Amino acid sequence: MTIWAYVVRRIALAVLVLFGVATITFLMVRIVPSDPAAVYVGSNARPEQIAQARRDLGLDKPLYVQYGIYMKNLVKGDWGDSLRTKRPVLNDIMHFLPTSLELIITALVVATIVGVIFGVTTAHRKGTWIDLVMRVFSTGGVSIPAFWLALMLQIAFFRVLHLLPVAGQSDIFVAQAHPITAITGMPVVDALITGNWPAFTDSARHLVLPMLCLAAYPMGVIMRMTRSSMLEAMGNDYIRMARALGVPPRTLLYKDALKNAFGPVLTVIGLTFAYSLTGTFFVELIFAWPGLGYYATTSILSMDYPAIMGVTIMVAAAYVLVNLAVDLAQAFLDPRIALS
Amino acid sequence: MSAATAELLAIHDLRLQFRSMRGLVKALDGVELTVHDGEILGLVGESGCGKTITGLAVLGLLQRPQAEITSGAILYRGDDLLAKTDAQMQKLRGRDISMVFQDPLASLNPVFAVGNQIEDVVRLHKGVSRKEARETTYKALASVGLPPDKDTFKRYPHQFSGGMRQRVCMAMALACGSPLLIADEPTTALDVTIQAQILNLLLKLRAELDVAQILITHNVGVAAQTCDRIAVMYAGSVVEEGPVSEVLKRPHHPYTIALYQCLPHGRTAAELQTIPGTVPDLIDPPTGCRFHPRCSHVMEICPTAKPQPVKAAERHWVSCFWAAEGAGLSAGPFRPPTPPDAPGTDDGAPA
Repeated sequence: MTIWAYVVRRIALAVLVLFGVATITFLMVRIVPSDPAAVYVGSNARPEQIAQARRDLGLDKPLYVQYGIYMKNLVKGDWGDSLRTKRPVLNDIMHFLPTSLELIITALVVATIVGVIFGVTTAHRKGTWIDLVMRVFSTGGVSIPAFWLALMLQIAFFRVLHLLPVAGQSDIFVAQAHPITAITGMPVVDALITGNWPAFTDSARHLVLPMLCLAAYPMGVIMRMTRSSMLEAMGNDYIRMARALGVPPRTLLYKDALKNAFGPVLTVIGLTFAYSLTGTFFVELIFAWPGLGYYATTSILSMDYPAIMGVTIMVAAAYVLVNLAVDLAQAFLDPRIALS
Repeated sequence: MSAATAELLAIHDLRLQFRSMRGLVKALDGVELTVHDGEILGLVGESGCGKTITGLAVLGLLQRPQAEITSGAILYRGDDLLAKTDAQMQKLRGRDISMVFQDPLASLNPVFAVGNQIEDVVRLHKGVSRKEARETTYKALASVGLPPDKDTFKRYPHQFSGGMRQRVCMAMALACGSPLLIADEPTTALDVTIQAQILNLLLKLRAELDVAQILITHNVGVAAQTCDRIAVMYAGSVVEEGPVSEVLKRPHHPYTIALYQCLPHGRTAAELQTIPGTVPDLIDPPTGCRFHPRCSHVMEICPTAKPQPVKAAERHWVSCFWAAEGAGLSAGPFRPPTPPDAPGTDDGAPA
């Protein structure tokens, strides 16, 4: 099988998974004992108003008809209107998603760079004090709860050191004096491409603490996986062969061994991305970050079922896409994968 | 000594020990070896006798501090490799001395195309442009009998057969023109039919590129087919050394004799001979001659002193009290050439 046949097969599989997710999401919301029509019209509505709302929302039709309409609209990009904001769900999501993505992507990039470097270093220096210190660090990252870490970061960097803002996405004065033109919806990126330096510095400073908070767990996991995977790779005969031919230690580690060790690390990066998508719900709440997590939390609390379904499908789609990307990257990284 | 037979590598009195959980493993006990330009030396012995360790020690590949060389010298063209720094050794590996190993699939990095692997080694040692490195890579592929084309270059190790993989390993090892190749059991993992091809390749490399080789093998037959000289190792020292025909036709050391008798020679399984006993535990090796507990000709002196090499014939040396006595061989210092600074062993050069 060529690598392209593998790519096509993986993409087809991803589409199938998304279809399944949409179906399950639809059924789950119908099982939950709550009347969306009652939520829609508010708590003081008369029974006939609720009945009217039920007809308007199409909830009086048989389940399979509702399902057909739902799937058709989903594909067309009509994800329904939020019961709370009364705006199309997809618009809401597209408004909140970029700020979350900014947080998640920077957190994962930092976690990957630090995790891989620490992982390689600890594998290379196995058994030394460096190994020990870095492993304590990674265990901390994995085991410390996000909410506690968030509080500690806020106390340390805001209250004690006065270095970084406590929460929010921007300083109100900076935001008024240097408004950011929305292009991608990610403030740091938008400020950067429009050359809005005061706003860039300000949003970057706001990004640091939530980003660190979100990066801690993936960093710890990535480091542990890199370490064990590197230890395995370093024990291989081809490393001995490369040494026997005069390949210097740095090349041995970061090229010969790391490319072999990177498969499991990539898988873990994909998995922690999924973790971060929901992990960011807490972090956004604590740091008052106006992202998808904030939107999801408020939607759940107000029983806003189209919004909940929209967020669920979006998170699932992101998860499927990232794992698809990971699988494809693996196939390009290790030519043996596409064959098996 | 003529240039054609100049000494390329000389190992003198190499002693090496490993730290293990159970104690010190006295792995090498005064190894003496010489390899001349363009010569193929067979290093023969049972598993665990120190053949591979000797090879790895030459390249400075043993893990420190677990492995410690306690005495001796490894001279490459007269330069003591044991005195070199890590950085110097790293430059020397792959350029002056290379090594290939038993399992060619495991020896090649699975995630890089073989051409790139060879090219990287070339660029590392020669500092040439990518284009020149590629030409050198194609030449190296051709020299080991692989088609020097883009298809070979772009293939991954798993897309080759076992024999071709070993050829790739050799191309990698010799791409930078190493005059010395240490081949550690290069045919053991291969089919018998492929074995012969690889052994022929070793001969061809010597004939065409003048590559001297140390062929490490447990298979006396393989050594007999390929080597000029043979050195038989037992429990960390060379017990007999000489031209292949000499050593195999007229073995003097009881271990060599026993090893030779273990060859099938067309006998049935029931008639096959073995050497009684097992390879000694090198944490607590036998005193004196390390072979004496298994030796059928053991004498009183054997457990008390380590036998020194005596001359059995021209360029044929054996370290055994029994052989020395029985054959009326004159005990004498081990064969030179010896390092100029080694005391008291500077006579009796082989012709």
